[in-house]
Amino acid sequence: MLPESSRHRIRVTVNGQVYEREVEARLLLSDFLRYELGLTGTHVGCEHGVCGACTVQLDGQPVRSCLMFAVQADGREIRTVEGLAPDEERLHPIQEAFWEAHGLQCGFCTPGFLMTVEAFLRENPDPTDEEIREAISGNLCRCTGYVNIIKAVRLAAEKLRAGR
Amino acid sequence: MATRYFGQPIKRNEDPRLLRGRGLYVDDVQLPGMLHMALVRSPYARARIRRIDTSKALAAPGVVAVITHADLPANLQGPLPPLIPHPTLKHHKTQFALAPGQVRHAGEAVAAVVAESRYAAEDAAELVEVEYEPLPAVVDMEKALEPGSPLVHEDIGTNVAAHYTQVVGDVEKAFAEADLVFEEVFRPDRGQAQPMETRGVVAVYDRNLETLTIWDSTQAPIRIRSGLAELYGMRANQVRVIAPNVGGGFGPKIMMFYPEEVLVPWLAMKLGRPVKYIEDRREHFFATNQERDQIHRVQVAVRKDGTILGIKDVFLYDTGAYIPYGLIIPIVASCTLPGPYKIPNYHAEFKAVFTNKTICSPYRGAGRPHGVFVMERIINRIAEELGIDRVEVRRRNLIQPDEFPYDVGLIYQDNAPLRYDSGNYPGLLDKLLKLIEYDQWPARKEQYRKEGRYVGLGLALYVEGTGVGPYEGARVHVEPSGKVWVATGVGTQGQSHQTTFAQIVAEELGVRVEDVEVVTGDTGAFHWGTGTFASRAAVVAGNAVALAARDVKAKALEVAANLLEASVEDLELADGQVRVKGAPQRAVSLGQVAVAANPLRGTIPPGQEPGLEAARYFNPPQSAFSAGGHAAIIEVDPATGMIKILKYAVVHDCGRLINPMVVEGQIHGGVAQGIGGSFYERLVFDENGQLLTTTFMDFLIPTAMEVPDIAIDHQETPSPLNPLGVKGAGEAGVIPVPALFVDAIEDAFSGYGLRFREVPLDPNRLRQALAEAGVPGAGSTAA
Repeated sequence: MLPESSRHRIRVTVNGQVYEREVEARLLLSDFLRYELGLTGTHVGCEHGVCGACTVQLDGQPVRSCLMFAVQADGREIRTVEGLAPDEERLHPIQEAFWEAHGLQCGFCTPGFLMTVEAFLRENPDPTDEEIREAISGNLCRCTGYVNIIKAVRLAAEKLRAGR
Repeated sequence: MATRYFGQPIKRNEDPRLLRGRGLYVDDVQLPGMLHMALVRSPYARARIRRIDTSKALAAPGVVAVITHADLPANLQGPLPPLIPHPTLKHHKTQFALAPGQVRHAGEAVAAVVAESRYAAEDAAELVEVEYEPLPAVVDMEKALEPGSPLVHEDIGTNVAAHYTQVVGDVEKAFAEADLVFEEVFRPDRGQAQPMETRGVVAVYDRNLETLTIWDSTQAPIRIRSGLAELYGMRANQVRVIAPNVGGGFGPKIMMFYPEEVLVPWLAMKLGRPVKYIEDRREHFFATNQERDQIHRVQVAVRKDGTILGIKDVFLYDTGAYIPYGLIIPIVASCTLPGPYKIPNYHAEFKAVFTNKTICSPYRGAGRPHGVFVMERIINRIAEELGIDRVEVRRRNLIQPDEFPYDVGLIYQDNAPLRYDSGNYPGLLDKLLKLIEYDQWPARKEQYRKEGRYVGLGLALYVEGTGVGPYEGARVHVEPSGKVWVATGVGTQGQSHQTTFAQIVAEELGVRVEDVEVVTGDTGAFHWGTGTFASRAAVVAGNAVALAARDVKAKALEVAANLLEASVEDLELADGQVRVKGAPQRAVSLGQVAVAANPLRGTIPPGQEPGLEAARYFNPPQSAFSAGGHAAIIEVDPATGMIKILKYAVVHDCGRLINPMVVEGQIHGGVAQGIGGSFYERLVFDENGQLLTTTFMDFLIPTAMEVPDIAIDHQETPSPLNPLGVKGAGEAGVIPVPALFVDAIEDAFSGYGLRFREVPLDPNRLRQALAEAGVPGAGSTAA
């Protein structure tokens, strides 16, 4: 299909597991995660870097996986929503907080919010509401009006502080 | 009963899966050998197609097929089926699977490319050569009515699809007797729902079983199933449509059919391989239905005490290039206009107009925000003209609690009389004024002015028709494990049906909410129903669920009476058991009852159906009418035209609440969409019918920075029309927002004579208007 030269071998760690794949140079990281690795929890909402639904963590920092090529993740560590909960029985405290505060409706934008919030609360464990609003302002949600997402982030911060 | 579930803010059953990233949205469906479809779309709003050359695309790597209108079988070449007919809709023009020689809006599908990957399909789509003959486009609905205007559909000789008038009372007499008569023009502009998930379809055909399975991000899977079966000449039970997790709907995810919904299953059958189509966001802007532009010319007749004698509203509704959905939006707009007020004489007239723009169909509110915008603007204008407080004018015209059922005198969208079932509008208004501290507002406003700040208070009331028929159904089934399985036809796009319906069942059967699994939107699980729209799921499906659960309960009591050797009257359902009242140790689990109701050997009583299961339907006689009021305090920076919402308050009455947390979530989301549609979001078309706003950088969906905290108070006026006493809540949040938004801004600049007749406003428009009105500091960013 495409010339050999446009295919590259990459080695990526996703949620602690190492994957080696040969990919086209133009393959988006979001498509790589979803279709090559089957990690469909990362959703694609706009493919132009505004909505934040595709947010994953690259070496601990939130990034838009629709604005990156898979080859750019070569040798790096990625965390997706599938890597948040500690096991099958328990949810991550941020997930619990979203559940308790009704911080999601259709659930499509939720993985992006969770990955953004997880990184944010690591840096700022006790944020004000204004800081929360600013931190999640790069993620769009069309269902919740953000009211309960803000509540969920506040609750998540409390849970994380209590668990520390 | 030990625990009550109905009415409680219970955590959602659907969440753990969604939080782990284990939902199943259409794009998550991956099948072996799956092909991908991309569409070639018209770059012109109106053009003849002279020639299509697909040879280069066909030769491209990975391409399996390229299809144009000429390649379609006869059954897919004609216009797609009309969804909702109406006697006055003379020209029910509908869209095509692929354009037949002429395109009528930019973005209309012209050819389909199928390839091994989406990347390859999109590459090849660019190689399809289409020779167009561009024609002058009809863009403006007023110009569309001028003599000599180009015609969207030349064969009908007009751009008017329908002309419909409803009259209540004697409007001419009302105007003759009025102390004050005035006229206004209002223009709500175009917007779009923009769910975070775009549309998508996956289809696979099994040649051995001769069955077609389709995953579709639709709000109406059953209607899609029935319609496709008919279109393809198949039996309904050969087609299964699954609307799995749908990433937001808000209305436009029902169309019957979008071209892709017809093309993808057909291609899967033709090519013998699964086919997927996922719309991208840019396509979504022009290929998914839009809504909201209307032009209302309204005349009002008032007595000098502020009592409204009559309203004459004549408006245009821009339906875009086709009108598959019929007249629902303009009918709803004119039926929502009277709202909570007594309008004894009312002339409601509209023309539905074709233009060369994307099709319009309901978006959350579906004409209701328009009606409320016009009505609430009228009220404010009356207050201004007569020097009466705007709240007092509202109060003087409100329908009183003892006047229900209240007949508005119109025919509603369901062809039933527009008759309010129950309500307490003065009660709502009182609660709203308290929540926004209206009595303290004059002093606060004065204080703000002293500080040089422009802060205004806006408010708006509305009545919302919800829960339209014809019917929904549900099957409730108890497993041997004691867990309950519920299937219903209405799909879910985030409205929490897996929880609220489970609460209804838990309440009836005395089981835990988490032990009730609800399946929605899979025709393989339940195949009667219409869909999720018009704030109807809780009312119509919810009551069907309740009726089915009650039947299951009756049967469980009967079977358990035998097992426990007790009489039915002495038994109760609680904690997952049937037990003897007052002797809880004499009990059998619901699972044991289910097993006994479906024995392997032995006998069951004559006439008794096997299993602990029941299916029931609910057919509401007419709509149930929710109501509410919103108020907001908004600050405007005249230098930048930017606004800040300092306070937002909602009082809402949707009858009995199944889950207040869920209802509040619905309201929050609606308000956010209302704020977007009032100030940040606008679809801009140029004079050639080109949509200029096709990214989230041009069409600004509110973020967490723009949506304030929202204070909510409830009032519960049960509906007498259904067993649960519920009314719908899905659209309420959005309906009054444009009206109160403009009210607040006018209030902030009271004394400057500003009047806004359009929404959305945006910072530029607002700043310009303030500058023209001579507001100090406006129109200049200099400090």
